[in-house]
Amino acid sequence: MQLFRAHVLVCGGTGCTSGGSQEIRARLEREIQANNLENEVKLVITGCHGLCEMGPLVIVYPEGTMYTHVQPDDAAEIVSEHLLKGRIVQRLLYKEPMTEEQVPHYGDLPFYKKQHRVVLSNCGYINPEVLEEYIARDGYAALAKCLGEMTPEEVIEEVKKSGLRGRGGAGFPTGLKWSFCRNAPGEPKYVVCNADEGDPGAFMDRSVLEGDPHRLIEGMLIGAYAIGASEGYIYCRAEYPLAVKRLKLAMKQAEEAGLLGDNILGTDFSFHLHLKEGAGAFVCGEETALMASIMGERGMPRPRPPFPANSGLWGKPTNINNVETWANIPDIIRRGGEWFASMGTEKSKGTKVFALTGKVQNTGLVEVPMGITLREIIFEIGGGVPNGKKFKAVQIGGPSGGCLPESQLDLSVDYESLTAAGAIVGSGGLVVMDEDTCIVDVARFFLSFTRAESCGKCTPCREGIKRMLEVLDRIANGEGKMEDLELLERTALVIKNTALCGLGQTAPNPILSTLRYFRDEYVAHIQDKKCPAGVCTNLLTYSIQPELCRGCTACAKVCPVGAISGEIKKPHVIDTEKCIKCGACMEKCRFGAITLG
Amino acid sequence: MVIKNLDDLRRLREETKQELEGRHGGETQIIVGMGTCGIAAGAREVMTAILSELAKRNLRVTVLQTGCIGMCQREPLVDVVRPGEKRITYGNVKPGDVPRIISEHVVNGRIVEELVVGKIG
Repeated sequence: MQLFRAHVLVCGGTGCTSGGSQEIRARLEREIQANNLENEVKLVITGCHGLCEMGPLVIVYPEGTMYTHVQPDDAAEIVSEHLLKGRIVQRLLYKEPMTEEQVPHYGDLPFYKKQHRVVLSNCGYINPEVLEEYIARDGYAALAKCLGEMTPEEVIEEVKKSGLRGRGGAGFPTGLKWSFCRNAPGEPKYVVCNADEGDPGAFMDRSVLEGDPHRLIEGMLIGAYAIGASEGYIYCRAEYPLAVKRLKLAMKQAEEAGLLGDNILGTDFSFHLHLKEGAGAFVCGEETALMASIMGERGMPRPRPPFPANSGLWGKPTNINNVETWANIPDIIRRGGEWFASMGTEKSKGTKVFALTGKVQNTGLVEVPMGITLREIIFEIGGGVPNGKKFKAVQIGGPSGGCLPESQLDLSVDYESLTAAGAIVGSGGLVVMDEDTCIVDVARFFLSFTRAESCGKCTPCREGIKRMLEVLDRIANGEGKMEDLELLERTALVIKNTALCGLGQTAPNPILSTLRYFRDEYVAHIQDKKCPAGVCTNLLTYSIQPELCRGCTACAKVCPVGAISGEIKKPHVIDTEKCIKCGACMEKCRFGAITLG
Repeated sequence: MVIKNLDDLRRLREETKQELEGRHGGETQIIVGMGTCGIAAGAREVMTAILSELAKRNLRVTVLQTGCIGMCQREPLVDVVRPGEKRITYGNVKPGDVPRIISEHVVNGRIVEELVVGKIG
């Protein structure tokens, strides 16, 4: 075995890859060779580290030095300074956004301190394209334990004991779901992984698929053994090309190693796994639509019951779990259900991965124990709102979730508390908004997403969402009436109660939660014809304060429609009829004479 | 590579674990002076010898490098720090000295006095 004194980990997640990490890897490789270090230093491409905001990331072990925003041109300096002479390249270290203090060690970052990484424990540490690295981290040991020492019933018992609930959003107890499928009559049985992650701003599952694909395969193998399934499908959206590539490679490696296929590890357990690429329709994340798509039919939901456990793929008993649920299984088996149940709250056990995006310092991926508060996630891990702006709201659970205000920040993050507050854990997207965000506009954004993604099968979803969006458009254009608010609420409740599938049933959540917590803002749009955040352009007028205007003509020159007139050195005026509200004049004015209201 | 049974899996894990754990290094540190002076005096060959000796003996040790500390005439300089003990600096280290430093000092805690140029801490 060859020993390397240093390991250079280059992040190969989607974020860092689009930031140029493959080019960085190539340059590092060249520099390492040029300095004759190839026998001392090992270069490793890893999955996502979660701190995507700071990417592309390069981490050098054994010190654990983290370099941020690395560019290909930095490769030479990292090699000649750090790897050759042992001098840390100070200018590439992570700086605390608030204190500007440099943090050289990966583990000391506040971003990681409050996190508890189980599902993501290998992401960013191992090379996802090398099976042996997963095995070195106790990979497939849980499978071996199941096949060697446990009956299928005991495996299900262990999962029940852990209290694991579905991480796709609905939170159904996983062990119970497995036992339904195991006990359902019919052969063969199927297990399916829902990797059709479609919420805007959510990328938890993608990171697991890219950073630790064998973890998912092992979870599915264990599930298949427990349920008695011999076939499995991973349904992954084709818009995740890197995830698809790494999954395919991992499946091939597992097949070659005898971890997938017939007589796994010398036992009579056989399991064949297939990858199905979806075209990226949001509705295909709904389990019945997903199964239809796997079978080659149009991706549309159907009424339940029958539930997939009784009649799923090709009418056979089928168990569907999402990526994160499957990825929790190996650790539950290896470390025991009790260990898992020791984390979290009374009814929500374990950890949850969240994708933290929007107006927050450290955007990225975080894994935290259930029961942590939103405040801790957003302010302690996420570093708070940038540019000194005020926090306004957080949308949790994507377009199916709800929008929570500051007063709800101390809420415990678990299935029950969030549902009571009008949001959901959902798949785990957290979009943070600051004071410059207009709530009506946010509701419009999510609703226009669900309207576009509605499959059109049932009337409440197809027609109802469209009508609600029309009302919102009216309000945003200053044509709303107070009755519209009741109309919105009534329509929302009808859709929630009558839509066929989860897409329609949850689509009104953004409306209901914003009406609950930010009603004032709707009223301001309707009664005062004002958008307090200054976003809805039809409600804005630009005007020049005559006492501040010096008549420099800069605004008149920049105005694209010639709406500003006035003599040199005398106050100018804006013709509101002509003005297209582009804001160019306001940006240009050096005297702060142009206001918006 | 085919994993036929549980023993195969266990064996493979033991083999691969070592390398991955090397990512974090061990508690004992060996620090090689790799300034221009060190490299000119042959620190590179010493470093290579250290790595192959550690691999041969299956030892988990953190190997670091450092710049010039001003004692250029005694390069290559190699420091050994065992947890809780003084930092021992060896001077004029040749690749041939490496096995002795590792077997005596790193493994057994006996300082190779004749090569020592300094003790810190």
